[in-house]
Amino acid sequence: MAMMKNITIGQYIPGESIVHRLDPRTKILTTFLFIALLFLVDSFIGYGLSALLLLLMVVLSQIPVKYVLRGIRPLMFIIILTLCLHFFMTDGRVIFQIWFLKLTHEGLIRGLMMVSRLILLIIGSSLLTLTTSPILLTDGIESLLKPFKVIGVPAHELAMMMTIALRFIPTLVEETEKIMKAQMARGADFESGNIFQRAKSLIPILIPLFVSAFRRADELAIAMEARGYRGGEGRTRFRVLKFTYQDALTLVLVTTFVILVGIFF
Amino acid sequence: MEHEALRNVSLAIEDGEFVGLIGHTGSGKSTLVQHFNGLLKPTAGKVYVDDVDIFSKDVSLRSIRQKVGMVFQYPEYQLFGETVFEDVAFGPKNMGVSDSELQDRVDQALTLVGLDLSLKERSPFELSGGQKRKVAIAGVLAMQPQILILDEPTAGLDPKGRDEVLSLVAHLHQKENKTIVLVSHSMEDVARLAQRLVVMAHGEIALEGPPEVIFRQADYLEAIGLGVPQVTRLLQVLQKRGFDVDPDHYTIESVEGEIVRLLETR
Repeated sequence: MAMMKNITIGQYIPGESIVHRLDPRTKILTTFLFIALLFLVDSFIGYGLSALLLLLMVVLSQIPVKYVLRGIRPLMFIIILTLCLHFFMTDGRVIFQIWFLKLTHEGLIRGLMMVSRLILLIIGSSLLTLTTSPILLTDGIESLLKPFKVIGVPAHELAMMMTIALRFIPTLVEETEKIMKAQMARGADFESGNIFQRAKSLIPILIPLFVSAFRRADELAIAMEARGYRGGEGRTRFRVLKFTYQDALTLVLVTTFVILVGIFF
Repeated sequence: MEHEALRNVSLAIEDGEFVGLIGHTGSGKSTLVQHFNGLLKPTAGKVYVDDVDIFSKDVSLRSIRQKVGMVFQYPEYQLFGETVFEDVAFGPKNMGVSDSELQDRVDQALTLVGLDLSLKERSPFELSGGQKRKVAIAGVLAMQPQILILDEPTAGLDPKGRDEVLSLVAHLHQKENKTIVLVSHSMEDVARLAQRLVVMAHGEIALEGPPEVIFRQADYLEAIGLGVPQVTRLLQVLQKRGFDVDPDHYTIESVEGEIVRLLETR
């Protein structure tokens, strides 16, 4: 149950900073530009400059560094694995050797770069979700996907699905805890046994969870229809996204930065 | 962010007692009862069952959970078995009951809750809401707990289902000599059955005592979002208007008697 308490995805921290107030579309595009940048640069200076840009954003967002770094923790294993694989599996000039493990110069550089890329990637994208409420985020995605409607992308439906999915994460977490407790009260044990026994012990949790998820879906669909929902056609919004000069400026600056750094480093 | 859910709760429940635990939503009653079988561990303080500290190292929580059965709110949402039998047998099976005894346990539990044994091979998901709840309760009873905690067992049931569940609880207490803790916010339900009431408010025990004593504090109960049974309220109002009645009655039957007495003496 402890693990459920530190899900960072979609963990929005309300605030009034410049970053918070930016249009979600700007933030989504900026994040994509930043990710593109991470794949374009190929030197430590490039990563350094990207990190600098990210640092600036974090400072401007006024989000405590603690929260920003929290996103890395669940991926620590992958980061370390990447580091090890690159360190020891790359051929090249050998720096030192323990038994059959050879640390090469090339491996060292590759590994460090890969890990910088991963870490910046995680922090960059978690900054988006930390500063943008889920509702605004999906509004932004819907608005960005709208042009693709002509080629059949169901923009509104996708956004609605995301909103509902995000909305139900806490509900399902709560439900899972409740069901776990109820089965524990009947002597269920989720912690001991080998992996197969443990997987089997999850059945008494998963089945009720699925049943209730379907029930909720059913009820929600009926409730939505009862309130006249019929897709995105002709829907007006309470919260209209506004693209201001600040957004334009941010986009222009970030794009320029990405192009320059991407080309030169 | 840390929120103190319970504070200074000191409570002893005697063997064979029927305690009604009442409180407004969020008063901490559900949190409190989850400590009784070790689902929650108190950050400070101890929980004793049969004079044993349940969180001491040499106590297996499984044996505590066998002794202290717990029926959660909407227990039918925890059904998972392919058949009613499988579901009811889940608890005792976890407790290490042998296959041959399992049959007896399940039959006994189903009979106790008043379900037909022919339902055993049916899927629990095909049953009606009231039946599902009874299956879920049977799943706890099949562990043969000495102490039974029921968290809002009548929530969402129709009047008939409610009466059935409540009379089952009464039966378990009177005939099977089980210690019962009934969590509820329905004063009527609790008043009828419990020997002692514990009123929770803001994570603390606000009042404790026999129902008639608790219900004398009608104003306070209303202030913390509760009330007294309507029939008790009626007697209290009559008394305030100057009628010679004794307001320490809380079931329809005894209030009826009191009113008949009043009418006869006039």
